[in-house]
Amino acid sequence: MVENIDTSLIDWSRAQFALTAMYHWLFVPLTLGLGVIQAIMETIYYKTGDAFWKNAAKFWMKLFGINFAIGIATGLILEFEFGLNWSNYSWFVGDIFGAPLAIEGILAFFMEATFIAVMFFGWDKVSKRFHLASTWLTITGATLSALWILVANAWMQYPAGMHFNPDSVRNEMSDFWAVVLSPVALSKFFHTVLSSWIVGGVFVVGVSSWFLLKKREIRFALASIKIGAAFGLVATLLTAFTGDSSAYQVAQIQPMKLAAMEGLYEGGNGVGLVTVGVLNPAKQTYDDKVNPFLFNIQIPKLLSFFAERDLNAYVPGIINLIDGGFTESDGTVALSAEEKIARGKMAIKALADYKQAKKDKDELAAKEYRVTLESNFNYFGYGYVREKTDLIPPIGLTFYSFRIMVILGGYFILLFIVAMIMENKKKMEKATWLQWICLWSIPLAYIASQAGWIVAEVGRQPWAIQDILPVSASVSHLSTGSVQTTFFLFLGLFTILFVAEVGIMVKAIKKGPQFENLSN
Amino acid sequence: MDTTYILLQNYWWFVISLLGALLVFLLFVQGGQSLLFSLGKNEIQQKMMLNSTGRKWEFTFTTLVTFGGAFFASFPLFYSTSFGGAYWVWIAILFCFVIQAVSYEYQSKKGNLLGKKTYQVFLMLNGIFGPVLLGTAVGTFFNGAEFTVNKMNLTDLGMPVISSWNNPLHGLEAVFVVWNVCLGLAVFFLARIQALLYFINNINDVEIGKRARKRLIPETALFLVFFLAFLIHTFVQDGFAINPETKEVFMQPYKYFTNLIEMPVLFVVLLVGVAGVLFGILKTIFAGSWKKGIWFSGVGTVLTVLVLFLCAGWNHTAYYPSVTDLQSSLTLENSSSSKFTLTVMSYVSILVPFVLWYIFYAWKALDLRKIDQKEMEEGAHTY
Repeated sequence: MVENIDTSLIDWSRAQFALTAMYHWLFVPLTLGLGVIQAIMETIYYKTGDAFWKNAAKFWMKLFGINFAIGIATGLILEFEFGLNWSNYSWFVGDIFGAPLAIEGILAFFMEATFIAVMFFGWDKVSKRFHLASTWLTITGATLSALWILVANAWMQYPAGMHFNPDSVRNEMSDFWAVVLSPVALSKFFHTVLSSWIVGGVFVVGVSSWFLLKKREIRFALASIKIGAAFGLVATLLTAFTGDSSAYQVAQIQPMKLAAMEGLYEGGNGVGLVTVGVLNPAKQTYDDKVNPFLFNIQIPKLLSFFAERDLNAYVPGIINLIDGGFTESDGTVALSAEEKIARGKMAIKALADYKQAKKDKDELAAKEYRVTLESNFNYFGYGYVREKTDLIPPIGLTFYSFRIMVILGGYFILLFIVAMIMENKKKMEKATWLQWICLWSIPLAYIASQAGWIVAEVGRQPWAIQDILPVSASVSHLSTGSVQTTFFLFLGLFTILFVAEVGIMVKAIKKGPQFENLSN
Repeated sequence: MDTTYILLQNYWWFVISLLGALLVFLLFVQGGQSLLFSLGKNEIQQKMMLNSTGRKWEFTFTTLVTFGGAFFASFPLFYSTSFGGAYWVWIAILFCFVIQAVSYEYQSKKGNLLGKKTYQVFLMLNGIFGPVLLGTAVGTFFNGAEFTVNKMNLTDLGMPVISSWNNPLHGLEAVFVVWNVCLGLAVFFLARIQALLYFINNINDVEIGKRARKRLIPETALFLVFFLAFLIHTFVQDGFAINPETKEVFMQPYKYFTNLIEMPVLFVVLLVGVAGVLFGILKTIFAGSWKKGIWFSGVGTVLTVLVLFLCAGWNHTAYYPSVTDLQSSLTLENSSSSKFTLTVMSYVSILVPFVLWYIFYAWKALDLRKIDQKEMEEGAHTY
């Protein structure tokens, strides 16, 4: 009997991973951002001996702890889902992908787990210096954890430092530093961590503004806004800078993702950047000639500049990428999707023939098949793609998420600048309008952060590993019902825990910092 | 085959085994949670117990995650086959640990939605099912599981998945194998013993100490029943051996006992380990004021579990046997990462002693002052 993977299994496996990742990503950015802010406050306490800063740091640490716990819970599932739902992927690239996860455990998780206990329970048990070191080491551990998981994620988008071994039937690492220090890994790490600092900054400014609105804890609130806004502004500017280099890399290695981000169907030279736009729902297929936009405003030539650092450079659109025939930046002529699929199938067949020849001890034939395999391996994953249109990621989700992320990024720059100016001019306490804006900006920070992940992950579909393995060939051999069951199980559990987390946070914020005991 | 590569594979099996052994020791956290309502007779006692294990739960959790990550990095075929196949048993284990992760922090906080009691029940469920399920899952290393692996499926465009599970229960069938459950229950009672010893060491409360010492006796008896049953059965059963020449897997009588005989150092370590566990327990029971049992018992646990893991994988043994298709069984050779990756990871593992050092340093710094009622009432950060 010929068995085929059920497409609904693929979709539910994706849905389960997306669910876990998005829930996890509700908590991680705050951990990364708030962790630095509380460490800065404790450092001021260490330097000045002023117990005000100790109590301020303790308040933010309390919120950090509430948020941290649920981040761990969702993170555990995420790590094991690579094996649970993506078992084929785990074998095919486990030789490369597993290493960052193991290093994350050994070098980052233990650092976090060890020093977070000292941070919370060590106030009266260890010296001030050791406690401060523990606070910094906790956030260092969390950031290192982000580094390794982002190295792994970046490698999926840009598989560097590896080769395919037909004897073991998998990809194997050949250059560790090429994996760790790939330009994609570096810019992904800085972009993601710095954007998380924005969430921390907005959260601190927003919560502090609530205290001002309630006319409570004025000194604490103003001091927190001062630090939160400055920290947030620096983070936002750096995020914009790293965002530019991220976009440049996407243009080089994932042109289809860039086309989806821009809703660009027909490419060309000197392409403009869509600042805002509304996609046309009447557009059904990539080549139906229907205008993709109902409305849009473009900045001329800017997309070409961002993509190639040249105002007149050629940027391919979805039609060009599917049909091929355009000249790549290295001078070669781009293959069409159909040609790539054909070469992918050749690579897979060559692998089967190679293994058979090896089994038959026909070394000459094996050598020939290996050459065929290697010359077509760059398209290996295309061999599993059924329709060329499967190569187009969801346009609407990617396009709008990208705009939400960028527009909110610009908004945060403005917000932090205004908050800093008002705080400096001693007007923040009276500026009720700004306090409301800061408070309601908290959910916007989360929306921007989630939108960023949607662009990165939805925009790269259908690939688990860019060009090497699509999600359809990555799944575990399970029944769709099993994955549906666990999807709803996790949805229910995570939602309950999320509601509980928000409830505890709100109560803890309402209680406010404890300033009764000002002894050191 | 390249001897350095073989050495690396065996080294990484040692690292995995050590992580597994440390995890079993750290399950004292789960053991303590399972005793929450029976050992703690009032709220303040329960609070002391929760704060005692609550300052260590992240080590257990992190070790579990690192165990998974290290397995992924060093033996990706296991990660792929077992997690993707024995889906339900791993989901059950993960579910148990997810509910633990929030429960310490949330249980006594206002606005926690579910109420204190619910989170404490979560902790108890984690305390009972965590060790039982983990032990049961590890039991399949000796008793086998129902899967097949065919790497050439990758060339089948319709169904390229290389590992398939051959039982519709997807891992839950392991709980119907009595010897797997025996190991699960042995791990569970061992976790409770370790917890009792840890409470005696870490909580400065006469009543809890007295009750814990008394409780050690029935827990030890139950542990010995299940552990010895598992151990004796494992040593007398046929094991999953590998022919070093042909690489074929075959059933060999007394394979695991033979492994001990052929690796006498492991035999000695096993004896030392078991002696350490028993010494820690017995001296605590008979020497009324002695509080260091956890360290003897803890080291003994690590050594004993380490030997069991090593026996499952070293000396030409298939560590994850398939009872459906013997030749699909996972061995150190057919399931490991490449030589390059194992080498890179080995350099990373040089940092492990440094990690252990700072864990020891921080642990010691926090435990210098034992948990007592006064600290619970002081209003500092407590669970």
